[in-house]
Amino acid sequence: MSGVITETAVTIRVDGQEVAVPEGATILDACDAAGVETPTICYGPTLTPVNVCRVCVVELDGSRALVPSCSRPAEEGMVVHTDSERVRHSRKMVLEFLATGVDASQADELGQWAEHYGADPDRYVPGGETMNEPVRVQDNLYIRDYDKCVLCYRCVEACGDDAQHTYAISVAGRGFGARISTEFDVTLPDSACVYCGNCVAVCPTNALQFKTEFDLRQADDWRPEDQTVTQTVCSYCGVGCNLELHVQDNQIVKCTSPDDHDVTKGNLCIKGRFGWNYV
Amino acid sequence: MADLHFGDDQPTEAERAAIDAIVPQADAATIVETERVVRGGRSRRHGLRHLLLPVLHSLQHEIGWISPGGLNGAAERLGVPPAEAYGVATFYELLRTTDPGHRDDIVHVCVDPACALVGNDDLRASLEADGARVHASPCLGQCERAPALFVQGVGRPDRVPADDGEDFRLPQAGDPGLRVLRRVGVVDPTSLDSYRSHGGYQALARAIEMGPDAVITAISDSGLSGRGGAAFPTGIKWRAVADEPGPDKHVVANCDESEPGTFKDRIACEHDPFAVIESMTIAGLATGAPHGWIYIRGEYPRATARLESAIVQARAAGLLGDDAAGGGQRFDIEVRRGAGAYICGEETALFNSIEGFRGEPRNKPPFPTTHGLFSQPTAINNPETLINVLDIVIDGPDAYRSVGTERSPGTRLFCLSGRIGVPGLYEVSFGTTLGELLDLAGGPTGDLSAVLLGGAAGVFVGPDALDMPLTLEDTREAGATLGSGVVMVFDDTVDMEAIVVRIAEFFRDESCGQCVPCRVGTQRQHEVLVELHGSGQPLAPQRAELIDDMALAMVDASICGLGHTAASAVRSALALGLIGNSQ
Ligand SMILES: Cc1cc2nc3c(=O)[nH]c(=O)nc-3n(C[C@H](O)[C@H](O)[C@H](O)COP(=O)(O)O)c2cc1C
Ligand code: SF4
Ligand code: SF4
Ligand code: SF4
Ligand code: FES
Ligand code: FES
Repeated sequence: MSGVITETAVTIRVDGQEVAVPEGATILDACDAAGVETPTICYGPTLTPVNVCRVCVVELDGSRALVPSCSRPAEEGMVVHTDSERVRHSRKMVLEFLATGVDASQADELGQWAEHYGADPDRYVPGGETMNEPVRVQDNLYIRDYDKCVLCYRCVEACGDDAQHTYAISVAGRGFGARISTEFDVTLPDSACVYCGNCVAVCPTNALQFKTEFDLRQADDWRPEDQTVTQTVCSYCGVGCNLELHVQDNQIVKCTSPDDHDVTKGNLCIKGRFGWNYV
Repeated sequence: MADLHFGDDQPTEAERAAIDAIVPQADAATIVETERVVRGGRSRRHGLRHLLLPVLHSLQHEIGWISPGGLNGAAERLGVPPAEAYGVATFYELLRTTDPGHRDDIVHVCVDPACALVGNDDLRASLEADGARVHASPCLGQCERAPALFVQGVGRPDRVPADDGEDFRLPQAGDPGLRVLRRVGVVDPTSLDSYRSHGGYQALARAIEMGPDAVITAISDSGLSGRGGAAFPTGIKWRAVADEPGPDKHVVANCDESEPGTFKDRIACEHDPFAVIESMTIAGLATGAPHGWIYIRGEYPRATARLESAIVQARAAGLLGDDAAGGGQRFDIEVRRGAGAYICGEETALFNSIEGFRGEPRNKPPFPTTHGLFSQPTAINNPETLINVLDIVIDGPDAYRSVGTERSPGTRLFCLSGRIGVPGLYEVSFGTTLGELLDLAGGPTGDLSAVLLGGAAGVFVGPDALDMPLTLEDTREAGATLGSGVVMVFDDTVDMEAIVVRIAEFFRDESCGQCVPCRVGTQRQHEVLVELHGSGQPLAPQRAELIDDMALAMVDASICGLGHTAASAVRSALALGLIGNSQ
């Protein structure tokens, strides 16, 4: 949100604190404005909220169930609790549930929140179902490791309605068997994918990662602490997309674009995202 | 929209014909960026996409599966990205996306409790021994005549073997006290004339005289509440839709009936289909909605055929169409078949299913009355709810309230199955006690141990609940629910742990998978119960705590009613001591 408070501002109470947000803002925006940190997984500032992970739930007076803060518009007079027993319980359970079936080893933020809420994935029946998917390495640009996938739908939204309009991937199957997939799980080169990498950019768990990063991690040589980030403007065309080049040992290892950039909103095309691969 | 990309796989001649049967090439989608609407957090596009499920049905039926070429052909014809079409095809149990290698019919055998009590295992074994292609199915909505079968035809019509003998169980047939079921077994369900000679279409004529406002007032005054499970006041729903600006509004009859133990809508739609059509027409005229839709589960071929035939006859008689019944408004009905997904009975999942998206529920609010089918105002009702409207319009709300209780007026259909003398469909006044209802049905056949009230999404009650009046208020107070009218009876010889494991498995299988609490919660709950069932030990305290913890998160944080109720039968079984003690 822009943070500009117009005449149509709405005022809500977050944990006893009054905050004013513009009409159309969500409860999450109000929590942000109140300085209350909220865990999110499926929410992305550049994506239409799909409200599926439920880790951002809050207690709303007058509502029987908890409500997802990321998608629920703030309405005048709402009274919201973000740290009640019920909220802490549901957030803990969501994080615990994810940790029981998914390899969250590279999802740092998730891990921090899991610790914060005291998630204990070890108290479940041993040998339970997991994602259990092989790493899909089908090209030199990025890999898909669905063992790490929390089914947040962010890649699907980024590939589809929210950015790329390519619709190369969708959710297939149902229930615990649901997976992100191309049609009949054909390889990316055989699918509609145009390698914009926008899905990689929004993935919160590193299930989607640059091949360069994957290879370095395989070689146990991925060192974010030794990386520098250089801002530049993409030179392939005249649009003027901002690029952030991540460099390790004088080599570009990954390329991102800032979420808050007016032109890109975090999205790029194959040339900007992966062009350095050919340099 | 970007250009869609299709792989090299082309449809065969037969696949092309199956697609043509639903959408001829001349009507193919021209791919243009169309309207983008945001609804429940998802962007949606219009176009031909609402024909995706019918086209997939056609491919499945003619070819026996949805091949890569068939999927490409369907996706291209409709202008749907193939990855999304695949996401839809893999959502439904009746659609296959792997080559079965044969063109034999698939025999679906019910594995849910009412059928498990009467030897579905033996039936399955004998079918398999005869070389049938057997597929385990959740409740097939024929619990009164268990064990149930549904034969999914490849190149031949689907069929339900038990239908061959007009076999349905209405033990009260002919009873003058019946309201909703008055015409069932009396009227010829295939004949408009017969329906008319039994009072049919008098309610519509009366509704046209009264006008929309008076009709809705009568419905509100009658106290009619929804019979699909949530018991929402029908008058409030209709008023909300009537108050929305038109003309793009919808009336939907939710005939998806997949709650284990429920078979009432099947019997009503098969044996009194015109009553569903007439009451939908009243709903359309009252709410100002010109578009009617019937969404019926794919395992109900006879009900589907009869509803379709009733629509054709009503249209020919001018009772549907541009000036429906001379009421001065357009109202017509399209039928859509589900394809094996309990979740598609949830109203917003049902809308997505009709629209050609995965049957994933939408977050509410916004509610269907403002953002329903195609994001437009929609009144969705269960057929039992709708049929009640006929009497309310003709006799008025006071007469309607002459039976039942103040807060639960009228009658209610109950689906009796399991260890009961005369299984079948019963209609009794609200306020009848559970014990009276069981007596009416011949009483339990053994020593009663428990009754599952309201279906898999409901709760178990014990013998001490026999005095409980069956009303919304009394069941709510007792922490129970009438749900969709399921009364499944168990005696002390039944292995209740096996029953409860199956209920947990049902929720695991039927979760759409969209939200974490339900997708993972239903899976882990099932794992805990399987462990318990295999152990022969009492439930360990930390396991009991885990079940409670998971249940609370599912109730509090899930998107829809499936997650909200997925632990309720399990926990009631534990609370009653039906499971969890070493035996
Ligand atoms: C998982 C789930 C399945 C449902 N299945 C059905 C169904 O098969 N038929 C039905 O009428 N309502 C079903 N419902 C309830 C519908 O969402 C909705 O409340 C109902 O159709 C409204 O009609 P009514 O007010 O006449 O009951 C289901 C709800 C949930 C959560
Ligand atoms: S790289 Fe771009 S086109 Fe390919 S799947 Fe990801 S978002 Fe879609
Ligand atoms: S691959 Fe990543 S972005 Fe896509 S659903 Fe899985 S976790 Fe989310
Ligand atoms: S509660 Fe279950 S069925 Fe409902 S939306 Fe969530 S995952 Fe899907
Ligand atoms: S962040 Fe709100 S539901 Fe996922
Ligand atoms: S048909 Fe088998 S339980 Fe309903």
